[in-house]
Amino acid sequence: MAIQVRVPTILRSYTGGSKVVEGAGGTLDALFTDIDSRFPGLRGRLVSADGGGELHRFVNIYVNDEDVRFLGGLDAKITDGDSITILPAVAGGSTDDRAAFGRLAGR
Amino acid sequence: MLRIERAVYEAIVAHARRDHPDEACGIVAGPAGSDRPERFVAMRNAERSPTFYRFDSIEQLKVWRVMDDRDEEPVVIYHSHTATEAYPSRTDISLASEPNAHYVLASTRDPEHTEVRSYRIVDGAVTEEPVEIV
Repeated sequence: MAIQVRVPTILRSYTGGSKVVEGAGGTLDALFTDIDSRFPGLRGRLVSADGGGELHRFVNIYVNDEDVRFLGGLDAKITDGDSITILPAVAGGSTDDRAAFGRLAGR
Repeated sequence: MLRIERAVYEAIVAHARRDHPDEACGIVAGPAGSDRPERFVAMRNAERSPTFYRFDSIEQLKVWRVMDDRDEEPVVIYHSHTATEAYPSRTDISLASEPNAHYVLASTRDPEHTEVRSYRIVDGAVTEEPVEIV
């Protein structure tokens, strides 16, 4: 058994063009580490590199139908048979104001 | 070039006008690889803001799943600017994540006239393209 991960177009350069990859792990963090061992660089596009290791703000990650931000982020528990979906957030706006942009990014 | 049917074009303009002064956003889906924007989908702006937009993450998942089931892709991603011109801001450029999409901007700053323009945004480079209404 494995966990299926659906990869958006913009990240398929890391998966040899594959739309779906499989991995294993009891948490989202462990799953991404497992996948990164076969598709190097993918984890870095999802998780910030600094020690905190937080999910990037403009990537949406779902466990089945739920946004992982409401499931504990990288600590979200996952089990075999779960389906993970990665989607780039669709966002923007008219302002170029840096402080305001920071507020948007802070969501 | 963006070729778009008049009814779809007018649906984008109507959505932008309806949500003014907040930014409106949505997509037009089409068969994958066709470059034909056919199915208009207005999205909620989770930010409800006159200067920002962001698709609601759960609504986005639902809409993307339907596209997947129908073998579609977001041919157009649109949003409005309500006080500035229809040109991508630095924020728009830095967050653009669909290199195959036409990024359509509609400006509602003029109450009489809605300015609609289309761009490709790839790796931070913006290229404006003509819009042909068919």
